[in-house]
Amino acid sequence: MINPPLSDRFFSLISKLLTLAGLLLGLVALPSWAQFRVEVSGVGLTQMPIAIAVMRGEENAPQKISTIVQADLERSGQFRGNALMLAMDELTRPDFSVFKQKGDEALLTGSITKLADGRYDVRFRLWDLVRGQDLGGQSYATPVGDLRMIAHRISDFIYEKLTGERGVFSTRIAYVTKLGGRFSLWVADADGENAQAALTSPEPIISPNWSPSGHELAYVSFEARKPVVYVHDVASGKRRVAANFKGNNSSPAWSPDGRSLAVTLSRDGGSQIYLIPAQGGEPRRLTQSASIDTEPVFYPDGSALYFVSDRGGSPQIYRMPTMGGPAQRVTFAGNYNISPAISPDGRWMAYIARINGQFKLQVMDLRAETNQSITDTGPDERPSFSPNGRLIVYSTQLQGREALMTSTVDGRIKARLAGQNGDIREPHWGPFLKH
Amino acid sequence: MNKTLLTLALAALLAACSSPVKLNEVPVEDKAATQVAAPPADAPAPQARSAVASIDARPLASVDAGPVGVLKVIYFDYDSFAIKPEFQAVVEKHAAYIKQDNKRRIAVEGHTDERGGREYNLALGQKRSEAVRKALNLLGVSDAQIEAVSFGKEKPAAAGSSEEAFAKNRRAEIAYK
Repeated sequence: MINPPLSDRFFSLISKLLTLAGLLLGLVALPSWAQFRVEVSGVGLTQMPIAIAVMRGEENAPQKISTIVQADLERSGQFRGNALMLAMDELTRPDFSVFKQKGDEALLTGSITKLADGRYDVRFRLWDLVRGQDLGGQSYATPVGDLRMIAHRISDFIYEKLTGERGVFSTRIAYVTKLGGRFSLWVADADGENAQAALTSPEPIISPNWSPSGHELAYVSFEARKPVVYVHDVASGKRRVAANFKGNNSSPAWSPDGRSLAVTLSRDGGSQIYLIPAQGGEPRRLTQSASIDTEPVFYPDGSALYFVSDRGGSPQIYRMPTMGGPAQRVTFAGNYNISPAISPDGRWMAYIARINGQFKLQVMDLRAETNQSITDTGPDERPSFSPNGRLIVYSTQLQGREALMTSTVDGRIKARLAGQNGDIREPHWGPFLKH
Repeated sequence: MNKTLLTLALAALLAACSSPVKLNEVPVEDKAATQVAAPPADAPAPQARSAVASIDARPLASVDAGPVGVLKVIYFDYDSFAIKPEFQAVVEKHAAYIKQDNKRRIAVEGHTDERGGREYNLALGQKRSEAVRKALNLLGVSDAQIEAVSFGKEKPAAAGSSEEAFAKNRRAEIAYK
């Protein structure tokens, strides 16, 4: 067994204590220059305690995989991580009676070894400490650039084994930053790390929207000094104009089958919603009003669109059949409700409401037609659900700066995402990716 | 290292293809985008699968300065798209200038203050630019010479959250192409 350096373990202990203190106090108020990336606040009803060992070989590795996994699991709101101050590899059998006394219900062990060709051999094992069982593990041979991705896949494995639901730790989030007059569209891991720029521009970028395959991003760029919708292949950087009609082209939303984009166009005067083939082609007009109709989003089975309209005198959220038909109003409280997002199971709608002059994230139960406010910060913008429907990412302001946060749907557990310098806004959560 | 080479290649390619994005009734594929260079064939270590290739967009230059000494901004009241009487003369002067030459083209760019959502504000800004376009139409300017667009709240003229800043941002700007 290799002894990890004392300084690293000391750091980890401080981090653990601060997080624990923060959880007890209900809020972690860390300065923005803090080295502690995960700022999780709130207390959930059921958080499974999981012990996380240092991986053998981790202290020499370019990424601290056990730390990334712990942060992932805690951000989900469903786990409380207990970082062990010793290394245990995937072949080491734990002493179950010792762990039972400490209260941990699961244990992660593993190792990371550099291979002759420069790649890394990462192995792990998950233990059920309550029943004293080996829940299995995986091994990966991976280039150094994918080490964080492997850590997230380990988090997914653990999450699925212990909750029965699919984890979102290997998914990606797109967002926009503004710094010194330059705008960038970023693609990052779901924890906000490992961000890579897909586009930089002297003009604004808004409304990124992932395709169902996770390979393309639709977005609105003003680089032509007007809003134009692009579809952009993230890996290759190849992009094409999806909509550049006279006037505005904005608010792209992919249909669940990936074949169409709903967009807002002002080509016929006013702002109206159209459907265009994802490969390009003639738009089909869906709304027929003399008011503003915009921000279309598809219901998960593709049969309906939720959208914003001020046809009633002020912006409210409506629902209409995708193939055309009368619109039904969905929001009735207040006189300003915008930016709908629908959960993958079709049960919840997240949106932004102006309440007493403040723009606040709301979650509505579409079956019960009840809604509640879930944030203490503001102004909130542009909510987006994780593909397992458990979390919402949104932008807000913290200490006067724009920030991205995730929240559990009930609002209990929140985490701030690591971000770039400058103002950060317009998040969109990407889909599950096939491996 | 590979990403740097690719980014430089893309930047060089885009600098060479610096023509503005074409306006079409039917969207066609952007030819510049399809000519993007493939990653170099001599990639040394195994490529990371989660790589993201980067594009750097370039700003456009405008061609016509417009009528000399005439304001190119029209300001609006809160929640309003009506052109106030004090700006009527400005609209008339631009109409006269544009009508002198049927090759003159303008974009009317509508803006809002920073309050509210981005897409809804894009649509509100559009109502302002379309109000100016309609006023120009009434003065005899053809729609073929005007494109009404919006920046919503994305390009404020004045920073900050004061009523003063809000008032300076609720505007339509006339940009000669």
